[in-house]
Amino acid sequence: MAKKNLFDPNPSGVIEHDHNNDGIDRRGFLKCMAWAGTGALCVIQGGVLKSHALASHMGSQMKSHKLGELSFVQISDSHMGFNKPANPDVIATLKAAVDKINALPEQPEFLLHTGDISHLSKPEEFDNVDQILKATNKQIFFVPGEHDVLNDDGAMFRERYAKNSKGQGWYSFDKNGVHFIGLVNVMNLKAGGLGTLGSEQLEWLEDDVKHLKSSTPIVVFAHIPLWTVYPQWGWGTEDSTQALSYLKKFGSVTVLNGHIHQTMQKVEGNVTFHTAFSTAFPQPAPGKAEGPGPMKVPAEQLRSVLGITDVNYVQGRHALAVVDSSLA
Amino acid sequence: MRRKLFFGGLVVALPLALAAVILHPTRAKSDDTKASPAEVRVDNFSFGPDTLTVPANSTVTWVNKDDVPHVIASNDGLFKSKALDTDDKYSYTFAKAGTYSYYCSIHPKMVGKVVVQ
Repeated sequence: MAKKNLFDPNPSGVIEHDHNNDGIDRRGFLKCMAWAGTGALCVIQGGVLKSHALASHMGSQMKSHKLGELSFVQISDSHMGFNKPANPDVIATLKAAVDKINALPEQPEFLLHTGDISHLSKPEEFDNVDQILKATNKQIFFVPGEHDVLNDDGAMFRERYAKNSKGQGWYSFDKNGVHFIGLVNVMNLKAGGLGTLGSEQLEWLEDDVKHLKSSTPIVVFAHIPLWTVYPQWGWGTEDSTQALSYLKKFGSVTVLNGHIHQTMQKVEGNVTFHTAFSTAFPQPAPGKAEGPGPMKVPAEQLRSVLGITDVNYVQGRHALAVVDSSLA
Repeated sequence: MRRKLFFGGLVVALPLALAAVILHPTRAKSDDTKASPAEVRVDNFSFGPDTLTVPANSTVTWVNKDDVPHVIASNDGLFKSKALDTDDKYSYTFAKAGTYSYYCSIHPKMVGKVVVQ
C-alpha cells in the first residue's frame, strides 16, 4: 500500500490509512515551504526532498512533488486588530495569505496556526480571522499566542479553537503517519522568565509519545520558539529542553513556531527548528533594535520585508534546507 | 481663577462650554501628576523608571506607550491589570511600605519595582 502510494502521481487520495506503516515512516520526510506574511507549506512525502523558493518556482516545481504523502500550511501571528503604522491593514495581508494558499498547485490538507490569531483577544478579532480563513476550506489546528489569552487565561481561545484539548489547550493528532503535537507555552509566565510549558503539560507530552515508534515523524507546533533564539527578548521557552528530551528517540522531529515574526532555522541532532513569518508585521532581528516591537518599514516595502521562506527537512539526514525570497 | 474661567466658558457658547468641560478634568489631572509624579511609562518593552520610589498611600499609574499590549502584574499576585492597549492606563494604590516587584505577564522579561517608603 505504501509503495503504491509513493509512486501514485496523484497524492491527494493516497495517505488516508497508512499511519501504522513503517515503510512510510522510514521514507517519509517533511518539506516546508514558507513565505513571509503568508505562511509555510509543508509536504511530507517519501524520498528525498528539494527546496524551492515559492514565488518563482511555485508553478513548475511544486508539481514535481506530486508524490507528497502529506502537505500542510503553517501560518502565524495574524494579530487581527493591530492597526499601527507597521501594518494598518492586517486584514488585507491575511487575505493575501489566504490567496497564496488557495493558489498553491498542490493543495495542503490542513492548516496550522501558531498563535497570536488576535491582537487583543477580542471576540470580533477572532471572528474576523475565522471569516477570512474560511475561504481556504481547510481544517485548521490552532495553538494560542500570548495575545490570544490576555484576560481570561485562554478560556475563549479553548472554547473556539481547542475544545477537545487537554489542560490549557494542548493536544496531539495523527495525519498520514505523522504525529502532530500542539503545545501551549504562553500561560503562567513567571517574572523574568521565558515561555513556559509547565509540569502538567510536560507529563502529558511524555505520555503522549511513549507508545509511538521511533520511526514516526514528529511535528511539534507552539507559539513561542522551543529553542532559545534570544532570551533578552524572551524568545525562548524555559522548559523546552525537557520537552525535547522526550522526543530524543525519534529520527525526525520538526518544531514549528511563530512569535518572532521572522523566519529562523536551526538543526540540533534529530530536531529541526523553524520559526514562521507573521501575516501582520515584521519584528527586528535579535538585538538589532532597542526592543522586539513591531518594525516599521515604508508601506511599499512591507511585503519585501515579509518575503518568502522555503524550509525543507530530510528525515534521516537531519538536514534542513531553507530558501528565503521576498514577496515583492 | 480656573473655576471662574470654567463657569465663564459655560455661559459664552456651547462649543466653548464643551471645550471647557473637556479641558477642566485634564488640567486637574496634570495638577495631580505634578503633586505626585508616580507614573511608569511602558515603552519599548521596558518600564521607565524600572524602579520607582514613592511614599506610602501613593497611587502609581502605568501608561502603555508601546504598539503592543502589556499586562502589569505583581510577582506575588497582589495586583494585575487587564491588557493595556496603546495609551491605556492602569493605577494601583500602595498603602503600605515595602518593595513591590512586578512584571508584564505576557512579556515576562519586562520587570520593574515600586519601592514604597
